[in-house]
Order: sequence, then structure tokens, then C-alpha cells
Amino acid sequence: MGHPMKIRASSKDGVTEIKVLMNHEMETGFRKDSSGNVVPAWFIREVTAKLNDKIVMTAQWGPSVSKNPYLAFKVKGGKAGDKVSVSWVDSQGDTRTDEATVT
Amino acid sequence: MKNAHTRRQILRNGGLLGLLATIGSAIAPRLALAEWNKPAFDGKTLPETYKVLGADGAKESSDVQLIASDIAENGAVVPVQAVSKIPNTTQISFLVEKNPNMLAALFDITPDMVPDVTTRIKMGQTSNVIVLVKADGKFYTATKEIKVTLGGCGG
Amino acid sequence: MRWRKILVPLAVATALGAVVARAEEDKSAQSIEQYREALKDGNPAELYESSGEELWKKPAGPKNVSLEKCDLGLGAGVVKGAYAQLPRYFKDTDKVQDAESRVLTCMSTLQGVDVAKYVNASFGTPEKDDLNAIATYISGQSKGVPVKVSLALPKEQQMYDLGKRMFYYQGGSHDFSCATCHGEEGRRIRLQDLPALATKKGAGSAWTSWPAYRVSAGQMWGMQWRINDCFRQQRFPEPVYASDVTIALSMFMAANANGALMDTPGIKR
Repeated sequence: MGHPMKIRASSKDGVTEIKVLMNHEMETGFRKDSSGNVVPAWFIREVTAKLNDKIVMTAQWGPSVSKNPYLAFKVKGGKAGDKVSVSWVDSQGDTRTDEATVT
Repeated sequence: MKNAHTRRQILRNGGLLGLLATIGSAIAPRLALAEWNKPAFDGKTLPETYKVLGADGAKESSDVQLIASDIAENGAVVPVQAVSKIPNTTQISFLVEKNPNMLAALFDITPDMVPDVTTRIKMGQTSNVIVLVKADGKFYTATKEIKVTLGGCGG
Repeated sequence: MRWRKILVPLAVATALGAVVARAEEDKSAQSIEQYREALKDGNPAELYESSGEELWKKPAGPKNVSLEKCDLGLGAGVVKGAYAQLPRYFKDTDKVQDAESRVLTCMSTLQGVDVAKYVNASFGTPEKDDLNAIATYISGQSKGVPVKVSLALPKEQQMYDLGKRMFYYQGGSHDFSCATCHGEEGRRIRLQDLPALATKKGAGSAWTSWPAYRVSAGQMWGMQWRINDCFRQQRFPEPVYASDVTIALSMFMAANANGALMDTPGIKR
């Protein structure tokens, strides 16, 4: 499940820049709710990005990545029309994959 | 109040975007190359975290850059960018010295990547932020103090 | 003798201190500017824009129709550029309405939704989140469009005048008015510069940047929420969502902002 990401990928001078906005609470496990109960940690732990089905980036995150995470990275090569896909898995095992086309 | 609402919102949006989400989930099998490095993210001191990452003896290097503003208006969202000019960079991590757990994010830099990553992290208070780069099995760092201010009403 | 020896360096040090302090202040302002710039690219508000668009286009309510035929002032179904001309007078309701109150009208007339639930819900509830997301979507469709709010009709002028009165109305336990904080240039709360909302410059920068994603709470706020919270900060009674007084304040700001380019959705600390 999870909510859709926003992925933008643009190619310039042989480098493709990929920018991703993810929809996630990124709960630290340190916060308390209004009844004083600790809100359990819940955050994206693994991120994988593919360019035309080849893995180009993997990341491991902790709960101190901000809510609604933003991520930008650069990949060598890539051209307009290429397919980018980004996936995440969170600490509850929830997962989501979204795709975009390089412009 | 707020937290309860947030949770309800999540549940609701989950249903709302259910269709899209189902499509999303259907094509999401095993993903990452490496297992999530729990001991590294559990590290409560810098030496402890470095040890788990195998980064003992990491050296400050001018070929590692941490690009961030000196002051963050809000610690909930602090934009940070790391650039490594060291050949064969295979890993870039962001660490916050004064957070309860130092390690915020770790990126595996594949040969297909330019070692240049940007993300946003939480900071509990003013602290040194460290970029830790692994290249040819050795570790290099760049450190910058980022001040966290508390703002007013938010414009 | 001894005093002079101490005083002279002290005077020099104080003067130097003032210079250093000013330089520090400039540096801080610059640094915060850099921080704000870094947030603009990849504004999480985009996520709400998307969900707002989905809500706009998805059949819902007892009549199971979408909001796509909603008339935001430029004709049924025209969203592009509509936000930049709101609030405005609508013949069918015989009222001046802002984006959020107009969406409520459309939910009621097109979808058959009982909107009382949406009006009465607290901010942060799913009902209000939906309205915020829809307003965010609508506002995004006016990005880069100059604000063009009309005061040509008597009801529009009346709404503006009411907003102006409210802006300067002083009261409550702390004897506050909107103008206490937003009445002149150069005011700030901690590091936040407060726009002078009676001026074109101040209203222009403020009005065009809401709805905005607030990084502090990770929430999307529409202008209705913003105004509601200003009332709270003034220790005024809570205004009813989408009531005339809230629309009037928007009318006052929007008309003062006429000509400024919409830069929505915004991002705030």
C-alpha cells in the first residue's frame, strides 16, 4: 500500500538527475501522542532506484529522515524516454513502487 | 488530538489511494541489495556507529563536501547534500552527532551513480552533521555544524 | 588612569561588537534564505496537490459525481487561473466566496454532500485534510498567474471593507488586532518576518504563498486554517470555517495583492 510518490527525472549532458518525493510519516518512535502514549517507530528503511530495470541506487534509512522524504541523486547516462522506477520498504514491511519517464 | 488525526488520515488516504497503491504493491518484490543494517542505525555514540560501519579511523577530507545552510529554520526538515570527489566512492552516509541515533541515511553508490546525493533529515538540536564516505574500502568525512532555530508562527 | 585603560579598549570592543553583530545578522538572514531555497525544490505540497486533484476528479457523495463541473468563477469546470481571481461574487449563492467555501458549495450542489460535517470538523481531521488538498490543487493551477481580484460589484467591495475592519479590529484578552503584527513593515516573531498585509508588497508576498506545506508539523495549510490560527494567536473566538469574516480577511489580502504572481503551493517553516 502506501501513497504515490512524485518522481522527476531529467537528463542533461549525459547525467540523469532523479528527484523523488515520498509520502510517509517517518515516525521516530520518540514522539508521544495526546494521551501520552509513545507513537511507535514507523519509517522507510530501504529505497531502491532502477533505470531501465537496472538497479542504480540503494539506500538504507533510519527514522531521522524527514517526514514526506525528499531524495535527489544523479545517475550516469540515461536519456529522454528512459524508465525510472523507485521502490521503498518501510519498517512494517509495507512497500510501494512508482515509475517515471526521463525527460 | 493531532496524532490521532494523523493516524486516521493515514488510514483514510490508504483507502482513497487504494487502487494506485495496489498497482504499486503488485510490482514490488524483494528490493534492496543489502539487509537493513540495524546495529548501525541503533548506534548511540559516534564511535559505536563508526565501528559497526567499519569506519574506525575515518579521516576528514576536502574532497568530501557537505552542502547545507548554516542555519535550519526548523529541525524537522534540514536539507543536506553530499558530494564526493574521491574516486571509487561506494557509500555515502549522513550522521547527526546529537541525535539519539547518529546514523540518518546510508546510500550505496553504484558505479552508475555520480557520488552526489541530497535528502532532508531531522535534527533534535544544533549539532555537527557528518558526511561519511567510503571509497576503496577507506572512510573519509566532512563535518559542518548546523544551527537549529525555533521559529515563530510560520508566515 | 586605570579606568581609562580599561574603558578605551572596552569602547573599541563594543563598537567592534556592533559591527560583528550586524555582519552575523546578515549572515543569518542569508543562511535562512539558503535554507528556504533548498526546500522549494521538492515541496511536499506537491503530494497534496496530487491527492487534491484525485479528490477533484473522483466521483463521490450521494450523487456519486466528481467536482470537475464546479464553477470556481471562470465557468463550470475551469480550474486554471481560477484561484488567482478568488474571492469573488457568485450569482448562484449571492455571496462572495473564497476557494474553500466555493468547494463546499460544489460538494453540496454537485455531489449532494452534507457539508456541515466538513465545516465543523477540526483542522487536521480527514474532512479538513480533503478540503486543504483540494484547495492546494486549485491554487497550484494558478501558479504564475497574477492575482486579479475584483471589487467592482457592491458585495465585493462590502466584503473588502468588512475585511479591512476586521484587520484593524482590536480586542480579546490581549487587546490584539491583525494589524498589531501585520500592520507595519519590519515586524517579526523570532526569525519570521511578518508581512505588512495592508500593503501591496506585504499582501503580495503573503497571499500568493498559501496554501503552504508547513515543515514544522508536516501539514498542508490552506488560507482558512492560516486565518483560523491567527485568530487563536490573537486570543479571539474561533471563527466558523468559511464564514464571512474569514472570507472578508482573504478578500482584504487578495485585493491588496492584486498584480502579484501566485506562487502556490508554498512551503513554510
